[in-house]
Amino acid sequence: MNVHVQGCIVSVDGAPKPVLRESGQREVFCGLTGIVWLHRKIQDAFFLVVGSRTCAHLIQSAAGVMIFAEPRFATAIMEEKDLAGLTDANDELDRIVAQLIARRPEIRLLFLVGSCPSEVIKLDLSRAALRLSQTFSPAVRILNYSGSGIETTFTQGEDACLASLVPAAPPTRTSEDQLLIVGSLADVIEDQFIRLFDALGIGRVQFLPPRKASALPAIGPNTRFLLAQPFLAETARALEDRGAVRLVAPFPLGVEGTTAWLRAAADAFGVAPALFETVTQPHRIRAERALVRYRDQLDGRSIFLFPDSQLEIPLARFLSRELSMRLVEVGTPYLHREHLAEELRLLPDDVVLSEGQDVDLQLDRCRMARPDLVVCGLGLANPLEAEGMTTKWSIELVFTPIQGYEQAADLAELFARPLVRRAKLVA
Amino acid sequence: MQLTVWTYEGPPHVGAMRVATGMEGLHYVLHAPQGDTYADLLFTMIERRDRRPPVTYTTFSARDLGGDTAELFKAAAQNAFDRFQPQAMLVGASCTGSLIQDDPGGLARALDLPIPVVAVDLPAYQRKENWGAAETFYQLVRALAGPSAPAPGASRPERAAGVRARCNLLGPTALGFRHRDDIVEITSLLTKLGVDVNVTAPMGANPADIARLGEADFNVVLYPEIAGQAASWLQRTFGQPFTKTVPIGVSATREFVAEVAKLAGVDASATLASASTRLPWYSRSVDSTYLTGKRVFIFGDATHAVAAARIASDELGFKVVGLGTYSREFGREIRDAAKRYDVEPLITDDYLEVEAKVAELQPELVLGTQMERHIAKRLGVPCAVISAPVHVQDFPARYAPQMGFEGANVIFDTWVHPLMMGLEEHLLAMFKDDFEFMDGAVPSHLGAGHQAADAAKPVRPVELVPAATLAGVTWAADAEKELYKIPFFVRGKARRNTERFANENGVATITIETLYDAKAHYAR
Repeated sequence: MNVHVQGCIVSVDGAPKPVLRESGQREVFCGLTGIVWLHRKIQDAFFLVVGSRTCAHLIQSAAGVMIFAEPRFATAIMEEKDLAGLTDANDELDRIVAQLIARRPEIRLLFLVGSCPSEVIKLDLSRAALRLSQTFSPAVRILNYSGSGIETTFTQGEDACLASLVPAAPPTRTSEDQLLIVGSLADVIEDQFIRLFDALGIGRVQFLPPRKASALPAIGPNTRFLLAQPFLAETARALEDRGAVRLVAPFPLGVEGTTAWLRAAADAFGVAPALFETVTQPHRIRAERALVRYRDQLDGRSIFLFPDSQLEIPLARFLSRELSMRLVEVGTPYLHREHLAEELRLLPDDVVLSEGQDVDLQLDRCRMARPDLVVCGLGLANPLEAEGMTTKWSIELVFTPIQGYEQAADLAELFARPLVRRAKLVA
Repeated sequence: MQLTVWTYEGPPHVGAMRVATGMEGLHYVLHAPQGDTYADLLFTMIERRDRRPPVTYTTFSARDLGGDTAELFKAAAQNAFDRFQPQAMLVGASCTGSLIQDDPGGLARALDLPIPVVAVDLPAYQRKENWGAAETFYQLVRALAGPSAPAPGASRPERAAGVRARCNLLGPTALGFRHRDDIVEITSLLTKLGVDVNVTAPMGANPADIARLGEADFNVVLYPEIAGQAASWLQRTFGQPFTKTVPIGVSATREFVAEVAKLAGVDASATLASASTRLPWYSRSVDSTYLTGKRVFIFGDATHAVAAARIASDELGFKVVGLGTYSREFGREIRDAAKRYDVEPLITDDYLEVEAKVAELQPELVLGTQMERHIAKRLGVPCAVISAPVHVQDFPARYAPQMGFEGANVIFDTWVHPLMMGLEEHLLAMFKDDFEFMDGAVPSHLGAGHQAADAAKPVRPVELVPAATLAGVTWAADAEKELYKIPFFVRGKARRNTERFANENGVATITIETLYDAKAHYAR
């Protein structure tokens, strides 16, 4: 198969799909937001943002509703004297990191996270991370990535974070092929996938990110990796730089996506088709049965997706093919044509794709179309509800177990729920 | 650089957004990178507003930095005007916007829009949210009300006989702690007094309303952190006096009523006589006796912290053991109040410093912000919220003012709720090994919702190893065991007092006798 881009047409195996490319005001999160779930995934890691009060405010506005006895993230707020060069930024960082590690001796991995202000004034955090690592190793490893808004959108923060972990991972010790699953997944889903791969006879499966920083997966030319998330461009490139090979697959959302995703691994590891059928069939049947109820609720309903996380295209594929929803517009902050080729192929031919955003114009289109359901961020959700539209806030799709067979119906329910609720409420 | 686990205030441009979002007919064009639109969620989610804030962000990204970001700003401002048709416009930059040194004010002037355009220059690396709100409100008032100012030196004409006095209510904004209901409470109190509200601002006002501010006889400053600067300017420019008392608490509300009555030339006695507040009786009733001398630590913005200290000490009978604020601009107010309660004032925006102070003081109740909830959870101390920053649960659906006579009722319930109830407190001091009501467990009236996931194990806060066990003092095993017979919520204090007593009396090993000697020495 081949993918190429002409102006703003994505062409997949000859079926052209136009892509509307817009620039203007973008109503999206920056990559720092990834810290909100990454700090839970990697339990012995700490995220230190080097930025302004705005960065600190963003993270606590997102996460601060939970009450933390021991938060696992903080911000080194730059002050006037740091900008004026009156203090040496590196001395300041050293002081702060020492203060932090003294307070939290159980930290094993510290991320120095770049932000817009630190990137604009060209503060070299990668060198700082190297220097600090020498000071604090072996107890604490210190890495760096950027979650700035000028470079990253929302889930791209996870991409940058995982990409920074790749060079730190040890080399593989055996010559046997190893399977690596890339992208944050809920613990319960990881466990389900481990059991499935086990039944397929694919041995030791590893995950990136790991639950503990001390348990980084080994990576080498015999690593075959499956992307579990669609927003991992940099991480995939870093893995390929170490010789690992990406298995081409759609994403494991819904029954169809999960099956194709598992099959990509099964094919790569020489699993017999009959065994694949035996292992997956009961799961497929159970998941499809669970989906029926939601298909009844969503069949024929129209849906408009605002750009947020890059999950939009795989979600649209699931919603249109497995739940029979009508796609009005599918927006994504960034469209990785190669990683999404399998997904694009499964979308209906007449789909309207948009990349980037001019939020006011997009809102105009949305109001014009009056879709049954709008998938959008929390900055837009309540205002659109007040205009009489039904919305599904998109961030929840990043914070909820949605991948795999057992979660297919849960994923469908997330979209059915706002419509059910709207029908229920009388006051 | 400052290591910040939690920040008490956002950046100053968020203060400007609070003013713009509270108002009508005003649009704010903000030069900011992609991602700074997170601030919309403060208003749409935390405050649950049903409209997008009237803010247009340029949302530049890395590839724009090589190009013409100034053009980007001009296009955003022009588009915002064309689309939203505001009566006036605010322009400014966020922290990253200010680093790229485009001049939003100059660029907006070059567009020559047919409305007032107010440029607010907010130094993002020195100042914070409340300062940003105060500065924005002040600049707006100057720009919009300034043109109708009388000539300098002209005196205010006397109010005609039979005309009711009029005041402005200044300070409430979007995302203010209980501002919505404080306005209602105070407006109704003023109406009872026979005083009309001319304009409430910024909340609910439009630019034309701001232009009318000078028509009132005087100003009521509800939130000095936000309206102090504007009120001073209005006093200089229009000769309007303004109120100094913030009506939070029963006594403060009574004083406020008297102050307003004096400014308005009305009689307050009927209003004061009919004041319907239950706090005094609730606080006098015998059920509240056990509240006497409860040690309380107070932190928040200066206005709410000072008001809370007064209520805690004079109206509820607590003992104020710590008082502080993150509002550096209002350090003097806190220092004066701290003298009154004979405590060390704590003026800091460093969360870790506040945490250390609470650990040192070992209070039985913390009155603070959302941030003190984190501290209180860690130390296992009951906590109630008295000041911003707050999260979604402190923008309630129900009527919940802090100000005025109803505000005092709300405060009584809120502050007493997290404390262990009297009977439970007594029984815990008598019988320590109950399988259900355990030492250090969360008060049972706070219910299972506060239990850990493992329901069999009650939540036990971390018992802090005293950070500063005084040098050279050790505990004999039986004395340590005896210490554990003291109820959890006063144990930390007992430990510290005993160690201090041992130190002062040259006791190297604390025995059971030392413990009781110290107890007698410090007899509460």
